[in-house]
Amino acid sequence: MKLEGNDWFYSKEVKKHFIKPFKFLKNELEVEKFDGYGKVGNMKCGDMMELWIKVKNEKIKDVRWRTFGCASAIASTSMLAKMLTEKGGMELTKALTLSGKDIMDRLGGLPAIKIHCSVLGDEALRAAIKNYLDKKDTVKK
Amino acid sequence: MKSIYLDNGSTTPLRKEVLKSALPFFSKIYGNPSSFHSTGLIAKKEMQKSREKIAKILNCDPNEIIFTGSGTESINLAIKGIAFRELLKGKRGHFITQKTEHDAVLETFKWLEKLGFSVSYINVNENGIVNLEELKNAIRKDTLLVSIMYANNEIGTIQPLKEIAEICHKAKTIFHTDACQGAEYLDIDTKKLGVDLLTINGSKIYSFKGSGLLFKKKEINIEPLIHGGHQEKNLRSGTENLAAIVALAKALEIAQKEKRIESKRLIKLREYMISQIEKKIKKVKINGDIKSRLPNNVNVSFYGVEGESILLRLNEYGIRASTGSACSSLNLEPSHVLLATGIGHELAHGSIRFTLGKYTTKKEIDFTIKKLENIIPFLRKLSSAWDQKEEIK
Repeated sequence: MKLEGNDWFYSKEVKKHFIKPFKFLKNELEVEKFDGYGKVGNMKCGDMMELWIKVKNEKIKDVRWRTFGCASAIASTSMLAKMLTEKGGMELTKALTLSGKDIMDRLGGLPAIKIHCSVLGDEALRAAIKNYLDKKDTVKK
Repeated sequence: MKSIYLDNGSTTPLRKEVLKSALPFFSKIYGNPSSFHSTGLIAKKEMQKSREKIAKILNCDPNEIIFTGSGTESINLAIKGIAFRELLKGKRGHFITQKTEHDAVLETFKWLEKLGFSVSYINVNENGIVNLEELKNAIRKDTLLVSIMYANNEIGTIQPLKEIAEICHKAKTIFHTDACQGAEYLDIDTKKLGVDLLTINGSKIYSFKGSGLLFKKKEINIEPLIHGGHQEKNLRSGTENLAAIVALAKALEIAQKEKRIESKRLIKLREYMISQIEKKIKKVKINGDIKSRLPNNVNVSFYGVEGESILLRLNEYGIRASTGSACSSLNLEPSHVLLATGIGHELAHGSIRFTLGKYTTKKEIDFTIKKLENIIPFLRKLSSAWDQKEEIK
């Protein structure tokens, strides 16, 4: 995709992730490799996110996602994917404390009215971790 | 990068001829039309000339034109002008409008409701055409005014003004129309249309932003919103913006002259664009009425994707459009116009409006279609609201 020096509504970092999203689900079949799944948001407010996580040694090893939403919603899920998988993967305990503000800060901020989009990212993450832990519990039992 | 401006419904660039007509009125003919000396009288004469030109186009008396500072102001003057007239008598009353009006109309009415006026908001059908039966039944003895727009700014639907005017006059109520989107392409003969009040602004017809007019039939009494030096028959005080008035007259003159040929050209281009979108991209919905539609309006919803994302990706290629998605509004609600047509939240969020203009070419439309052919499938691939199996079909 061609990038030009046009005026842009969001930060540079948002643009980067929006134009070239990181680790989104390219192939439906990939889903089987993942062991935690979360979905949040609804059509009415216009933002919906799905997140798949792969956990190894209590660390997030890999993620995939899909988002219906505006540029900041797409960029914040993409940034979340980067934050979770960089430096050898984020520990689950740390991932559980990740906030919407953490994602937003990494994006170089969002317009006030857009903040709910990134808040959705940490909710999707918690839902995915919960799903992973629930599944693990079921296996143990 | 050259930009492809497909957002003429938001505002238009200034036409060269219009600019040229207005230039002498900044520093050469600068007088205040209210002055008694020659400098003022020259300005007054020029203002009168413009008023007469416009009156000819609107088929009305020059004294029935009130120059204002915008379309929004004209709308406010028409509606509040009537309301304040009643308030001065210690009275209230009833207004009628429809659900797909511009915010300038809807927000004015909402505010008047706070002052004790009552307002009926009439439904539209799935193409955005007002329900005339419902309108008829909504008229009450104390109905002060009906305000229904000429053509919708988002979906381009043209309302049956003559029929609405007939209904209003039979019931002895006043009819105002917001003709901001229609003035460039449609007939604005006020006698033929049967309107009592009509709003036009400059920024949609290749003239100045911050300029507008209200046509008001002589027999109708309204109160001013702005008090002061008694300009515009005491209905809009403040020294007249002569350059903008001259420009408005010029723009309307050119629009009238070119209306037929330009509408024909744009309708062809519009139909081409719609057919190409339907052909090249699956699961789309064209919003608005296919026939009763502004020549320059293409409004389309793409299933499974959100409008702001489309808009900003188009923007990367220099293509400027707008969306009815909540994400680009200030209240996080998707377009009230699209919701009123009953298309639901997903499609309202996924809508894009292209408004073609005087400078739009077929080449630009082809380029836009080509980019949409990449953008939509890509965003659908990213989307949690798109059935990925659709891709295999």
